Amino acid sequence: MTAPTDRTVVADSLGVGVATGAYGVSFGALATASGLDVWQACALSVLVFTGASQFAFVGVVAAGGAPLAGSATALLLGSRNLFYGLALAPRLRLRGWRRLLAAQVVIDESTAMSLGQDDERQARLAFHLTGWSVFVLWNLMTLVGALAGTAIGDPRTFGLDAAVGAAFLALLWPRLTAWPQRVVAVVGAAAATGLVPWTPAGVPVIVGGLVAVVAGLLLRPEPERKEREREEVAP
Amino acid sequence: MSPEWVAILVAAAGCYALKVAGVSVPQRVLAHPVAERVAALIPVALLAALVAVQVLADGQSLTLDARLLGLGVAVALLLVRAPFLVVVVAAAAAAALGRLLG
Repeated sequence: MTAPTDRTVVADSLGVGVATGAYGVSFGALATASGLDVWQACALSVLVFTGASQFAFVGVVAAGGAPLAGSATALLLGSRNLFYGLALAPRLRLRGWRRLLAAQVVIDESTAMSLGQDDERQARLAFHLTGWSVFVLWNLMTLVGALAGTAIGDPRTFGLDAAVGAAFLALLWPRLTAWPQRVVAVVGAAAATGLVPWTPAGVPVIVGGLVAVVAGLLLRPEPERKEREREEVAP
Repeated sequence: MSPEWVAILVAAAGCYALKVAGVSVPQRVLAHPVAERVAALIPVALLAALVAVQVLADGQSLTLDARLLGLGVAVALLLVRAPFLVVVVAAAAAAALGRLLG
């Protein structure tokens, strides 16, 4: 793949933003169906703004659990955004109020789109555009879903869930040029998949990712080995 | 304030604190060679895990459905170096069509 232009970064980010934001409909509908009112559904999307945590919260409430138990589940799932922030920080280089504002849109999609860029400026562009387009649409569609309830069709009818998976894969693809990266990717995907039935939603991505990073560290990196060989033959 | 509102505000404050903590870790923590290698591996590891969960997970169960068809189309298009949006739109169309026919 050739280096992307700003225009393609903008188009790609907005594309993911639209596909993801549309899911707000299903969240809004589910939230009101679980007994929350329209304002509470919208407050969750504006203030919590991390999909898996929001779904988990209304899931606990819908199952008749204590609302604070819903909060605890939401926090557990939201912990992956801390790790996303660690990876994003050196690329975003944010200070002061800008950092406090940008932190709210540190989510799956903005992280994936940003980490998919090699150019630092384009990584920032992808982060902000994806994050804020998801934020605007997710909140708009939450309101629509909460108002319309289940009357609106499932976004899966339009294959939007498959679109997000394809987008993540397209970002991963250019990074799979060498064997260590391919091994790390396969380990990450396999570990995350294996964890799905045993852990709450949101955990497989974090734990699977960490397992893959550890596996990658155990593989001797190619450039270092070459360097060492060069040192050995040097007089 | 109702218990629901208290819980929503607790979840909001906690989730925001986690996000801020992540982007606020000092840069020199990442200057260590091992930290640099970890930082380079994180995108590959997380993207791969995200793809797997996005395509195979349905809540806490694993399902093979039209999303896998969409991913297959995405792989085929990536192999012939199709542009990003073509890959994404074709994957959505394939999954939608698969659901319509299935």
